Amino acid sequence: MTTLTDPPSESFRLSMLIYDTRYRAITFQIIALICFLLFFGWLISNTAQNLADLGKEPSFGFLMEPAGYDINQRLIDYNNQDSHLRAAFVGLLNTLLVAFLGCVTATVVGVIVGVLRLSNNWLISRLMAVYVEMFRNVPVLMWIVLCMAILIESLPAPRAFRGDDAEASMKLFDTVAITNRGVYIPEPLFSRSLGDIPVGNLFNISIDLIAILIVLAIGFYVSHRIKLKADATQEATGVRPRTWYMRLGVIFVPLAALLVILGFHLGYPELSGFNFSGGTHLRNSLIALWLALSLYTAAFIAENVRAGILAISKGQTEAASALGLRPSITMRLVILPQALRVIIPPLISQYLNLTKNSSLAIAVGYMDITGTLMGITLNQTGRELETVLLGMLIYLAISLAISAVMNFYNSRVKLVER
Amino acid sequence: MSELAMDTPIDRSAMKVSDEVAIEIRNMNKWYGQFHVLRDINLTVNRGERIVIAGPSGSGKSTLIRCINRLEEHQAGQIIVDGTELTSDLKNIDKIRSEVGMCFQHFNLFPHLTILENCTLAPIWVRKVPRKEAEETAMHFLEKVKIPDQALKYPGQLSGGQQQRVAIARSLCMKPRIMLFDEPTSALDPEMIKEVLDTMIELAQEGMTMLCVTHEMGFARQVANRVIFMDQGQIVEQNEPEEFFNNPRSERTKLFLSQILGH
Repeated sequence: MTTLTDPPSESFRLSMLIYDTRYRAITFQIIALICFLLFFGWLISNTAQNLADLGKEPSFGFLMEPAGYDINQRLIDYNNQDSHLRAAFVGLLNTLLVAFLGCVTATVVGVIVGVLRLSNNWLISRLMAVYVEMFRNVPVLMWIVLCMAILIESLPAPRAFRGDDAEASMKLFDTVAITNRGVYIPEPLFSRSLGDIPVGNLFNISIDLIAILIVLAIGFYVSHRIKLKADATQEATGVRPRTWYMRLGVIFVPLAALLVILGFHLGYPELSGFNFSGGTHLRNSLIALWLALSLYTAAFIAENVRAGILAISKGQTEAASALGLRPSITMRLVILPQALRVIIPPLISQYLNLTKNSSLAIAVGYMDITGTLMGITLNQTGRELETVLLGMLIYLAISLAISAVMNFYNSRVKLVER
Repeated sequence: MSELAMDTPIDRSAMKVSDEVAIEIRNMNKWYGQFHVLRDINLTVNRGERIVIAGPSGSGKSTLIRCINRLEEHQAGQIIVDGTELTSDLKNIDKIRSEVGMCFQHFNLFPHLTILENCTLAPIWVRKVPRKEAEETAMHFLEKVKIPDQALKYPGQLSGGQQQRVAIARSLCMKPRIMLFDEPTSALDPEMIKEVLDTMIELAQEGMTMLCVTHEMGFARQVANRVIFMDQGQIVEQNEPEEFFNNPRSERTKLFLSQILGH
């Protein structure tokens, strides 16, 4: 109402709605809003009408029907008699798995490549440049398919491991089998397991895992306290006490004790018949997707990191050197704290890109949320609108969650400035 | 050119020059690729000397003083600072850098740290001084440059002159025996130039060995005991300020002085 009660008491004329800067913006916004609502109202009612004519009332009841298809790569129990909802959930977990693994690997590789590209060593910086240009200038789908092809074509089949003079052998003291069906690694087993807690009827959480996480959290907390104490000692005496062994000790000694109590041992993969059994099976589809997404996104992250470091003026490094600070300390205390503020916003976009690019998983048969809900479930039930809407909502939710977490971190880093 | 208007006359007798050599540069040469920036530089600086280096832009003045703490690497000849020769040996570089302070044209304060943290960073991580002691030292020098009340602010909240004075205090916290100034007043408003020059004069009166690249000829006249004129990477002329300004020997110096003092 402020616009009407503002000081100027000149009489209101209708033409002011367009020619007066005070009302003009509001007029246009109201017009835009009306157009927008009309358009969407028409779109929705039209779609609903057409669907009704086809006899397809929008309904999400299909989610409770048995899915009837198998998913080979899964984190929770599932069989083809479970509902479409559960199949979608398996797919969602697979999406989250590859997105998480990809983001972690891409960040590590990206930071290393970004820093190395600024290296004074001609060979290293050129190699990194070649890597970045190769990966970011080819569609990621090609890299995914290429990785899959390399894994399938170049690795030995499980039967090559058979016989006395086998063509292939297991790696790392016979604990890891790398085959063209995927990688078999030892799985953690507990002979005195504490059991599982069911969460709804969706999945079970292992109490052993919770116990380990709690012990780790306590360990990291105590380790952090030791670090704070070392900081305090440094402030009081100028000399930093040597604490790395204590900091590692408080994390690993209790963990080792807990593992002994739980009867921790590894289940090794073994060749039985024409395939391996036991151990954890990482399928080639997961590995290929993970590898391609990480390397592709890492190329972009490397550029962000490089830009971030270059954005900090050379004067900062010079001032630090002139004060006698060593390059490693300069990087840690002067350059990176400032560079992070430049690096993090584009880094968020890269995480979002990676997560969305993971929907290309279907190309190598990795069953993510696109493959299950928007792939097989859609084909079997014919519910395009519902499945795609659900899928979009899920990706939106994941992306917003990543954004929220990273923006929170960004605001923490930013606060350092003022 | 801003002439220096001092409130109190400068007591030059207090600025003693000892016989001890602080910096010795012998036949130093430097190239940027094919470009010969510094040619056969020979310079001896005694402890307590205040040297002003003048010259047209691109003459190598900044490069010369940046070689003294190895922000730039020289390719031939010797630089000996406080008896330590500058080579690619990291230990020597660290030793010299912790004894030679430097102020830059654009201050180069660390924008993410407070004024106090700017001043304590190097003492804590290079000299391994306890934080409390480092903070006391920092406050002492901040008082000296007359901005102790800004200690908890960030550089972005200070004026240019204040920032440059913080930069001087930051260097002094390392207790250097030699100070290098690379055009410390060139990026400042005329009003702020004076406050920075006053701080530098105070330093000179305490006997600090100083090398200043500056266009402040008033400062050179009143504080320096030697003015060095450089052109095309060479030291063309060096003399006491009175002689230098009144009786320049080379034609190049005369031309430079007529341009810089003419208006």
